Amino acid sequence: MATTTLVARRPGGRLKWRNTLLGWSFILPNFIGFAVLTLVPVIALFYIAFTNWNAFGTARLVGLDNFTRLLADHSFRIALWNTVYYTAFHIPLTLGLSLALALLLNRKMRGVAFFRTAAFFPYVTSIVAIAVVWNMLFSPQFGPINQFLTSIGISHPPGWTTSSTWAMPAVIIVGTWREMGYYMLLFLAGLQTIPSELYEAARVDGASPWQRFLNVTVPCLRPTTFFVTVMLTIGSFKVFDLILVMTNGGPGQSTLVLSQYIYTKGFVENKLGYASAVSIVLFLICISITVVQFIVNKRRAD
Amino acid sequence: MAVTTLTKPTAEIGSAPPRRTGRRSTSRRIGRVLGYTGLAVAAAGVLLPFFWMVMSSLKTNNAVFSVPIQWIPDPFVWSNYVDIWQKSDMTTWLKNTMILSVAVTALQLLTGSFAAYGFSKVRFPGRDVLFLVYIGTIAVPWQAYMIPQFILMSKLHLSNTLWSIVALQAFGAFGVFLMKQFYETIPEELSEAARMDGLSEYGIYRRIILPLSVPALASLTLLTFTNTWNDYLGPLIYLRSPDLWTIQLGLKSFVGQYNAEYALIMTGSVLSVLPIAIIFMLGQRYFVEGIATSGLKG
Repeated sequence: MATTTLVARRPGGRLKWRNTLLGWSFILPNFIGFAVLTLVPVIALFYIAFTNWNAFGTARLVGLDNFTRLLADHSFRIALWNTVYYTAFHIPLTLGLSLALALLLNRKMRGVAFFRTAAFFPYVTSIVAIAVVWNMLFSPQFGPINQFLTSIGISHPPGWTTSSTWAMPAVIIVGTWREMGYYMLLFLAGLQTIPSELYEAARVDGASPWQRFLNVTVPCLRPTTFFVTVMLTIGSFKVFDLILVMTNGGPGQSTLVLSQYIYTKGFVENKLGYASAVSIVLFLICISITVVQFIVNKRRAD
Repeated sequence: MAVTTLTKPTAEIGSAPPRRTGRRSTSRRIGRVLGYTGLAVAAAGVLLPFFWMVMSSLKTNNAVFSVPIQWIPDPFVWSNYVDIWQKSDMTTWLKNTMILSVAVTALQLLTGSFAAYGFSKVRFPGRDVLFLVYIGTIAVPWQAYMIPQFILMSKLHLSNTLWSIVALQAFGAFGVFLMKQFYETIPEELSEAARMDGLSEYGIYRRIILPLSVPALASLTLLTFTNTWNDYLGPLIYLRSPDLWTIQLGLKSFVGQYNAEYALIMTGSVLSVLPIAIIFMLGQRYFVEGIATSGLKG
């Protein structure tokens, strides 16, 4: 729509040329940076993953070697499993909580504006500060959280980040706490597009609040829910800095995730080729899940 | 008038309509009480960690983990906020972070808004495909291509300089996307009229579109600034010498070095969050709008 007028006047290929040059002249300053720093690395990834690139910068093509090694790599399997663990809990928890908050805030109440700001604040706070504070809150002996748990009668509260069973739940709690305000905003924007006539009609038909939620809110929110799920999935699979600062993958390997494994292999052990093979796994997981979600969403919408 | 009749029903979603009596109004009151309770619980859950952080930063070291929890420091140890500057390199870290955030934001605004004009207001073959490529990379996690990117930066001799972070953050697809979304809402008639008056496309961008997109530019400024300020991974990989460290790297190393100085660690955390907190309070409207238009954040 934007530029039909430009095209309509076209006497031939001349204007097309002019527009192409013009368009590129606008895009180029950003595109050069984008192409060099994002596109080229993404493409190069698929070459480096098939080499044995190391600290000295010497690289030899080794075919599928990196990938066959990956299959037998115990640490890789742990990292993959932990990433799936984080994702499996983080997505539904964040989805549920942010939707509940959005429904709560989509009413006429005092303090709603203040709360909307407050809920969003963790998301703009740096991960380092958040991880440091929560690590102290989770401190097993004298931390406020365990003091609270003891006071309500739990005699052996969990060791959180010092326990290999509870470290991951601790990370999931902080991840959810940090991100729910952001997704709440997306849901809130979605809720405000639902025409109120639909609710009126449902009410006239005698639908209970729960039925109204199921039959009006949920279907109307589908585009938002879809978008939120895609963003949450990518976000969960690439989880890294939160874990790096909170637990550094430990205790043991109990919170080691894929991104951290890439980092360790690449930047600590300098096995850049092998690390790139792990990167490809992460890349493929994210892309294929996004594609699957697109297909499912499309089928449901039809 | 028209506005009030339009907005009223949406605001009432979820609560029963007025002028009902009896059972309805009781259930409505219960709903309100539940609503406020939910709000209070959620607010406490979100804000208590911050409250604890600020209060701990003003305690003596032993009082941070006292049993039972000391909510209000006794006494207030304001000297923590003096000591931290002597015990850490806070000045360098803040200076580096400030330089990076300002440089990245300026570049992102400039190139992003410029490119978005090309994508939104000029029609040429291949434009939509190119835009799809931009959008597509948003779905690729940075962690997946950080290794080739690092190799490339090293070859360009950019690693271990502040330039690496500028290059890393300034050309993101996000700014282009957000600005394009906003430009699409500006009616084409405006540019058309300007074209009739003989203004070039660059003139239209500068004199018509830019002045109209101040809210979107404000959103992009705040989001980019915050993002660069908070970035931990980029600096972790690229900035190896301590005199290049940003506040996030500095804070992390401070925690490692003084791991038993709980109160001071909290003081450092408060200082690292403070600038963003102020920016967020002043411009929260733009944060919310930026996210509503793009659905994304950096």
